[in-house]
Amino acid sequence: MEKIEISQNETEDLFNKLTMQGQGHGYFLNYDEKIAKSLCEALLKNEKRYGHQVCPCRLSAGSREADLDVICPCDYRDPDLLQYGVCYCGLYVSKKIFTEKTPTKPIPERRPNKETRLLNKQKYMEEINQPKDINKLPYPVMRCSVCGYICARTDAPEVCPICGASHDRFQRFF
Amino acid sequence: MSYQEHIEVVPGKAIKNKIMLYGLSTCVWCGKAKDFLDELGINYSHLTVDLLDGADADAAFEEVAKYNPDQSFPTIVINDGEKVIIGFNEEEIKKVAI
Repeated sequence: MEKIEISQNETEDLFNKLTMQGQGHGYFLNYDEKIAKSLCEALLKNEKRYGHQVCPCRLSAGSREADLDVICPCDYRDPDLLQYGVCYCGLYVSKKIFTEKTPTKPIPERRPNKETRLLNKQKYMEEINQPKDINKLPYPVMRCSVCGYICARTDAPEVCPICGASHDRFQRFF
Repeated sequence: MSYQEHIEVVPGKAIKNKIMLYGLSTCVWCGKAKDFLDELGINYSHLTVDLLDGADADAAFEEVAKYNPDQSFPTIVINDGEKVIIGFNEEEIKKVAI
């Protein structure tokens, strides 16, 4: 496999773009800029190699479809931010860690292995077209009390991506 | 297994334990683990799995799964599986660098 070079400009551009985007939605890049920029460079390398920004700390399976859950930002970022204050590769940190500049440690892999992911997908395909019982949804539905934003997640986001309200302003809707 | 041809040996102080680091070229923690081992100056081997091609990458990935079912990186295998360190864990790495 040939070596891929990413220019410093490209890396800076992505770093700035993600920082601004994050600010608008309550997400923070690692306060250690060196780490954040290394990871941005790695995302760009993966984009050149695979066509999509696979998480720098995970091995691509070779197709976008198989990698969907680990294209940055990955499906596991938010629960990891909530539980550990940092995402798996270390690109994103929680607001608290960002402000206090707490040192972060590597976290366990939340992504289920390939067999489990395939089983989960099969289960989803079987169940998605079944009639729904609103009291038995796979995810609770949360509502921001400030702006009414609704989302279906295991827990409310750290910050409302619409209006910026904090996690504890969310209430379960159903 | 031809992926083994790509294993790089880093010369250093001879130690009792055999250390094998499986990493990804893009992973910051793998880089840190490698730098840490370099700083310790010990003899170790490493394989950058994502720089392998096709069948070699698959075979190496399967090998990593034997020691680490999560297939996460870095995976550091001590003495062919006697101990496995998952992730950049400085304390654990220091303990086996003997």
